[in-house]
Amino acid sequence: MKRILSVIAFLMAFLFVMAGVSLSSETINGAGATFPYPVYAAWAWQYKKETGIRLNYQSIGSGGGVRQISNRTVDFGASDAPVSPEELEKKRLYQFPAIIGGVVPVVNIRGIRAGKLRLDGSTLCGIFLGRITSWADERIKALNPALRLPDKRITVVHRSDGSGTTAIFTTYLSAVCPEWKKHVGAGKAVRWPAGIGGKGNEGVANYVKRKRYSIGYVEFAYAKQNRLSYVLLKNRAGRFVAPGFKSFQAAAASGDFSPERHFYLWLVDAPGKDAWPISGASFILLAREKKSSNLKTVKFFDWAFRKGDEIAKRLVYVPLPESLKRRIRKYWREKGIY
Amino acid sequence: MIKGLRKSPVDLLFGTLTAMASFVVVVLIAGIFIALLKESLPAIHRFGILRFITTSEWDPVAEVFGALSTLTGTLVTTFLSLLFAIPIAIGIAIFITEIAPDFLKGPIGTAIELLAAIPSIIYGMWGLFTLAPIMEQYIEPFLQETVGRLPLVGALFQGTPMGIDLFTASLILSIMIIPFTASVARDSFRLTPEIVKESAYGVGATKWEVVKDIVLPYSKLGVFGGVVLSLGRAIGETMAVAFVLGNNHELPHSLFDAAATITVSLANEFTEADTDIYLSSLYYLALVLFVLSFITLAAAKFFLLRAERRQSR
Repeated sequence: MKRILSVIAFLMAFLFVMAGVSLSSETINGAGATFPYPVYAAWAWQYKKETGIRLNYQSIGSGGGVRQISNRTVDFGASDAPVSPEELEKKRLYQFPAIIGGVVPVVNIRGIRAGKLRLDGSTLCGIFLGRITSWADERIKALNPALRLPDKRITVVHRSDGSGTTAIFTTYLSAVCPEWKKHVGAGKAVRWPAGIGGKGNEGVANYVKRKRYSIGYVEFAYAKQNRLSYVLLKNRAGRFVAPGFKSFQAAAASGDFSPERHFYLWLVDAPGKDAWPISGASFILLAREKKSSNLKTVKFFDWAFRKGDEIAKRLVYVPLPESLKRRIRKYWREKGIY
Repeated sequence: MIKGLRKSPVDLLFGTLTAMASFVVVVLIAGIFIALLKESLPAIHRFGILRFITTSEWDPVAEVFGALSTLTGTLVTTFLSLLFAIPIAIGIAIFITEIAPDFLKGPIGTAIELLAAIPSIIYGMWGLFTLAPIMEQYIEPFLQETVGRLPLVGALFQGTPMGIDLFTASLILSIMIIPFTASVARDSFRLTPEIVKESAYGVGATKWEVVKDIVLPYSKLGVFGGVVLSLGRAIGETMAVAFVLGNNHELPHSLFDAAATITVSLANEFTEADTDIYLSSLYYLALVLFVLSFITLAAAKFFLLRAERRQSR
């Protein structure tokens, strides 16, 4: 009995010490989006080595991130979807982008290698609406006069879980295709008019790999790591571009991220000449009145903007372009955060 | 028990502690129910009760939510998995207790119990990467060629086989619940008095007759208990099903349609539910599941108790 009691006492003491450690000012607590988790974790590891300050990031999902920071239970929240200026005003939050990602349509058609198939917004929309049902459809053929396209039924693969990837992809379709906007709309989960659902990027990647004549959309890193056949997309400037660091950064650089609107922007159909049309930034949310915890958080991201680009690239994330970083630093100064 | 101990402080402490432990569970259940109810109030106000469970529209963009498709998915997968699992589980139990030679009993019994120890996420990944392609390429086309040709039943096997559907999900669920049913059934078969079996063999009964007329009637309550246990697991299973069901909110027409169950929708959509009414509707779904499993298990318990009473009479 005594032994048990002493064990319990020890455990209690241990827990208190642990709680003390994690509550100390040397820890930054963040929660939210799952997409940037690997890069935030890698930055945090390096940051801890250099400064001794720990960053504890819980990837509970963007919805959860917004709720947690709205309830002021964390130092910062993270969201794959930008929060509108009105919403930010209501919840008394600041917002800035931290990292760029791109969504890439991938296909599995025999004989067609990565970067060979060309699509534009309206054909992509037609496919996902279930109106273009064959790869030999005239509209696809017109964009690809040089390719021999099989007259096979297209299998559409989409996400079955709610996700920022879906939000970016459907926002793009809504932006370039009125039909999509009218019948489906944009969101983290939508009512898909066609196709089957895979859970997570890995689920979609797996179906596309397995199912011949299918098309899906995944996060760029996933397309790259799984060597899926990505397509070339026609951007707003009328050029066919391949997904990659350069085209994502071009999108970010040409996007109208305005500090007055707390950088609220869906980075889809960006005007840049080389811009990939389906990109998006992942955002950080701060509570306006929490000065000291904001300072800690912003110091971390300032460090990441200076030294984290290589880490991000290694993990197939796209660092923000310098011009945008400058605007964010100015935003911090203007708001009196840093 | 021992008189002197009755008033000892240790005994008192022990009694209080055990009482508290049991009380905690009751408080927890009530607490969970209240929390679910509170969180789903906005959705209850918006969609009502009857309308929520009788419409299948699930459109997060338009903020219209109904539970019919997920409810159907839950009921169909649970029912089908029990349909697959019960005969196999009972067969296993009969084999282990009555037929298998002694040296096989141990290994088979352990193997079955190990099935229960595999985490459900592993079933899910195995289902997605291994079982689904096999279903899609071999089993489902075969079923369409055979059962699919029959009148009435055939309608359940229409559509393009994708391997991601109610049928595959139910199959995985059934594999997961077999160990529960089998081990409970085995234990209840063992309770059949040896002497009754011996006398049956003595008057010339065959093994089949002994199992059919002695063992099964003796243990049917125990087996039923095992089925109830499996039912509870099947109705709430999430991860394994989430991988192979597709989370499609359309009302399924065929067993080869992708569908959604309540738990699958929760797992897939909870983290990214961004609007209040969306989140509230997910809580509402959870509440529906809570009530559904409560009713199912209570009804099963009720029949079990009634049958027990009848048997003891």
